[in-house]
Amino acid sequence: MMIKIEKLIHDYIKRDDEGNVAGTFRAISGVDLNVEAGQFIAILGHNGSGKSTLAKHLNALLFPTEGAVWVDGLNTKDEKNLWEIRREAGMVFQNPDNQIIAQVVEEDVGFGPENMGVPTEEIWTRVEESLKAVGMLEHRKKSPNRLSGGQKQRVSIAGVIAMEPKCIILDEPTAMLDPNGRKEVINAAMKLNRTKGITVILITHYMEEAINADQIFVMDKGKVAMQGSPREIFAQVDRMKELQLDVPQVTLLAYELRKQGLNIPVSILTKEELAAALMGEEQAQESTSAPETEENVESTEKEEADGDQG
Amino acid sequence: MGIKVDDISFLYERGTAMQVTALDHVSAEIPDNQFIGLIGHTGSGKSTFVQTLNGLLKPTTGHIYYNGEDIDGEKFDKKKLRSDVGLVFQYPEHQLFEVDVITDVMFGPRNLGLSEAEAKKRALEALESVHMPKDLYKSSPFDLSGGQKRRAAIAGVLAMRPKILILDEPTAGLDPKGRDEILGMIAGMKRDLNMTIILVSHSMDDVARYVDRIMVMGGGKLLYDDVPVKVFRHVKELEELGLAAPQITYIMKLLKERGLDVSTDALNVKEAAAEIMAHRRELHV
Repeated sequence: MMIKIEKLIHDYIKRDDEGNVAGTFRAISGVDLNVEAGQFIAILGHNGSGKSTLAKHLNALLFPTEGAVWVDGLNTKDEKNLWEIRREAGMVFQNPDNQIIAQVVEEDVGFGPENMGVPTEEIWTRVEESLKAVGMLEHRKKSPNRLSGGQKQRVSIAGVIAMEPKCIILDEPTAMLDPNGRKEVINAAMKLNRTKGITVILITHYMEEAINADQIFVMDKGKVAMQGSPREIFAQVDRMKELQLDVPQVTLLAYELRKQGLNIPVSILTKEELAAALMGEEQAQESTSAPETEENVESTEKEEADGDQG
Repeated sequence: MGIKVDDISFLYERGTAMQVTALDHVSAEIPDNQFIGLIGHTGSGKSTFVQTLNGLLKPTTGHIYYNGEDIDGEKFDKKKLRSDVGLVFQYPEHQLFEVDVITDVMFGPRNLGLSEAEAKKRALEALESVHMPKDLYKSSPFDLSGGQKRRAAIAGVLAMRPKILILDEPTAGLDPKGRDEILGMIAGMKRDLNMTIILVSHSMDDVARYVDRIMVMGGGKLLYDDVPVKVFRHVKELEELGLAAPQITYIMKLLKERGLDVSTDALNVKEAAAEIMAHRRELHV
């Protein structure tokens, strides 16, 4: 088990100018959540639903008010685990400009391992491998401010991998990027998951970035409101809208077509699936006059009942 | 009347080894009452372009005319231009600083030298235009939610009563509902206040849904300037620029490739569904 969260509660404490407690705000109110090692997890939720607070518990930037969080078996409450946890669970934030510190790409990536006291020779091996893993090796000698947003964000990810974490938490890593940059970052994260077996936890407001996740958690009011595979989650279009979210456009289109009477599956996640469903459906339609095969009985009956399909 | 951009170029660090051409002979007309989407990858020149429109940057060569007057002419009132052409930067909520929301929104009009009463009147109107709940007017801007903060910041610019409002990525970091709210609000402002809106965006889906016209920048040049349907027909060229078409365009293109004879011009889910249903009816008549 990579991440184990039990009955987590987190209160932010508001203080007045004198430092007295002026009130508390409960950002997480009872979350139980498990992530297996090697999984690709997406966490969705509207602004203020508690996703980022949750993420900060995963590398001990915040500590539980109640309940507990274990990262690879280490309890975040235990102070002696702190550095081990932060090395094992690396974090990438929204704005790449706040995360890059060095003047040269390779030095930035080497900063983490150097801080950990890794021998110089090994630092360079790690820097090279990390940059390679995110497809940025050719830019190693460049100044970070000469890079595009997507490239900078990939350097941030390389900086995290250089510490050889078991888990990477990406908190809205694509919010500030152009379409190309978004694609680059998501592909890099996916590749780390597939080829290196690193557990990836992706927090995002872009629904289509979650379709390849093994598991999606949807947060609302500090709780896990929905949990399931992308197909299970995005099948619930109305529920997602209620939670101020959305579904991928292709899923929404399929949902719309279904509402207008076409017999296609509830949860379509890719355009290829939609094409296949529509072509299949069309064939079923064309064979209405032909003897019915078992496969299309259900669909033709439904369409005839709707009446306007010609 | 609006803005006329006449063959402007802009060089950063001119005459040094670091010289970069950010704008390369750009010409365009920005008329009154139009919703324009400005797209381009990071570094394409779009930020430089919008900053020339309200005189924050002066073009190295070429001219910009506002209501027929050269904005770099001697008699031209730049202050008037800056209040007429409002610029909302990325993450504008970082610029909130006053004790409460209404005072923050009044900052701009006060700066224009308006009376307290007039400044307040404008601030109230602006807050209404961004749908800010009344009970929050006296709250500290720092106690608002992310979406509310952003609306407060937009109200601050709106209170200057701009004729042209430029917004740089106003939906970055917002959840889908927050995105829809802000864009719906902007579309409403355009309609009710007869403003021209220039929306700088990385989201092709948003742009496709809302704007009348798209300007595409790349390498400092204005590469396309047309209605969305026509611009998004250049999927391949847009991708080469590091951009993309809306998700819906890709879906319709694939359906067509797989033998479904549909038009690929749909810009949103509703249009796409209608197109597919119309195609089906045709097939079964």
